[in-house]
Amino acid sequence: MAYPTEYRYTKEHEWIAADGRIGITDYAQSTLGDIVFVELPAVGAELNAGQSFGTVESVKAVSDLYSPVNGKVLEVNEALNSAPESVNADANGTWMIKAEFDASQLENLLTAEAYEKFVSEETGH
Amino acid sequence: MGDKFVGTPKKASVHVNQNEDLIFEKSSPGKKAYRLSELDVPAVDAAALLGDAVRTDLGVMPELSEIEIVRHFTRLSTWNYAIDLGMFPLGSCTMKYNGRVNELVARLEGLAEAHPYQPESLSQGVLEIMQVLSDSLLDITGMDSITLQPAAGAHGEFTGILLVRAYHESKGNPRKKILIPDSAHGTNPATAAVVGYQVQNLKSNAEGMVDLAELEKLVDEDTAALMLTNPSTIGVFESEIHKIADILHAKGALLYMDGANMNALVGKVRPGDFGVDVMHLNLHKTFSTPHGGGGPGSGPVACKKILEPFLPTPVLATKNDGTLTLDYNRPQSVGRVRAWYGNFGMFIRALAYILANGPDGLRQTTEDAVLNANYLRAKLEDVFDLPFKTASMHEVVFSDKLQAKNGVKTGDMGKRLLDYGFHAYTVSFPLIVAGAMMIEPTESESREELDLLIDALRQIAREAEENPELVKTAPHTTRLRRLDETTAARKPILRWKAPAASTPLTPDTAAKEW
Repeated sequence: MAYPTEYRYTKEHEWIAADGRIGITDYAQSTLGDIVFVELPAVGAELNAGQSFGTVESVKAVSDLYSPVNGKVLEVNEALNSAPESVNADANGTWMIKAEFDASQLENLLTAEAYEKFVSEETGH
Repeated sequence: MGDKFVGTPKKASVHVNQNEDLIFEKSSPGKKAYRLSELDVPAVDAAALLGDAVRTDLGVMPELSEIEIVRHFTRLSTWNYAIDLGMFPLGSCTMKYNGRVNELVARLEGLAEAHPYQPESLSQGVLEIMQVLSDSLLDITGMDSITLQPAAGAHGEFTGILLVRAYHESKGNPRKKILIPDSAHGTNPATAAVVGYQVQNLKSNAEGMVDLAELEKLVDEDTAALMLTNPSTIGVFESEIHKIADILHAKGALLYMDGANMNALVGKVRPGDFGVDVMHLNLHKTFSTPHGGGGPGSGPVACKKILEPFLPTPVLATKNDGTLTLDYNRPQSVGRVRAWYGNFGMFIRALAYILANGPDGLRQTTEDAVLNANYLRAKLEDVFDLPFKTASMHEVVFSDKLQAKNGVKTGDMGKRLLDYGFHAYTVSFPLIVAGAMMIEPTESESREELDLLIDALRQIAREAEENPELVKTAPHTTRLRRLDETTAARKPILRWKAPAASTPLTPDTAAKEW
């Protein structure tokens, strides 16, 4: 499975890019199934690492979105309001929010390789 | 000869046995299903009294004859699946049979016609039903006090956590967070948030139970309570529940028990004895009152003495002369949580169920529910993956892991079960099990009925192996085939738009009676 190496990952299945874009992983979207709604915070809202910043709703369940970092919401992907399915189509390319954050926090997060290992341990295959 | 009549296909698809328009779409002007009796008071001129506000039409109202209305609703009713037609193995929902005796008692004239404005002296029987039910539920749960007001399980949770908050506030600090295991019902975190608490997630251990070491780390002076379902949503009894209670109590936090699965405990073990401070009961699950569209629900909240002062008003009390009364003078109460006294019709049914069974009957009910679930588990565990090997209580959770290899998911198998004449089991819950298949037979089902379900599920497992397409495209024999759930959720059509025409306000001139 493809997890871009320039991203960092969380055990809650979010990715973050160096420019602050945050999304969910391909594994997350495939586990959730067809996504029908994404609820995102307001621009300027505070982000706390490990805390929920929004929710994603699929035909199966509603799940929290967890922030990988401490920071602030710079921008929100409004296009997801009308096209939540783009998360299913391209999880790696579809960002949900852009965060302003201290880049040193990226070191604490999983690399693509470590995340892939975590997923395979979690799913047993 | 292109338009030669060749008859309809084998399965008529456009006629009324397969389709039913909205009642508005069946309307045509002038049809009526009622006739008013002759006016026996002087007529008034509405326009003279109301001026501009007088109506000239009825807006859009359906106009149909009586038989059309009868057929419309009767046809719709035959499209329902119901416990009176077959089994609902819907895990977590406890779709047990609700004995007819409940309905018989609830329809007794004096009870069915009782009015909440009746004076207390004429309501003693009604109050006594509430009193005897309260006493019975306290006996069953081992708790000290109870309110019958909440109208559903989630409403009970809300009331229970309000009590927790009021208790901590009375000690000077409402505290900040509520701990909730990752296997919980979704209503638990929602409740905590609505009452103003932060939710802290508690990971389950490999047996699907609360991880005591993790709990010990998370509980601190900011923890208001732990909301725990016991048995948990994977149908497993929290065997260390007393230690969980001790860890919480040592830090001044309380233990809330979601009593949704109380049907696995009644007559065997009492939450009040294993350290629970406050809990709700689902009369509509455990105590056989209607639910699943039939309701209304009822979610009494039982608590320990320390929470008693905060119970919603009014509470039942006995006066010096022995008569029952409703006590509103409760200065520390969280206030009312519902109009009147709760869903009283459900109290009658639940009490009828409790008294008809008696203590031994209730105990056997619990044992049969657990036996039935374990029978299913034993007969199916060689064809479906069992993620938690811990002993099952009243329900068993399998996963679709073995079938998913062929692309067959839990939802597909649930839909295929409809072709075999059963309601689907619960799919994709609890969330800690990927591809969960949650099956709860309840005590109502006989060995013969369980064997039919086992046979159906084993067939489906075989189909998933040998002909996965058949399962992935199910159901095949239902009135409607597979629906597009994704489009329904992404682009829901929530409103029927009326045509421009509206119903005229015409006098009834027809000579025919219906």
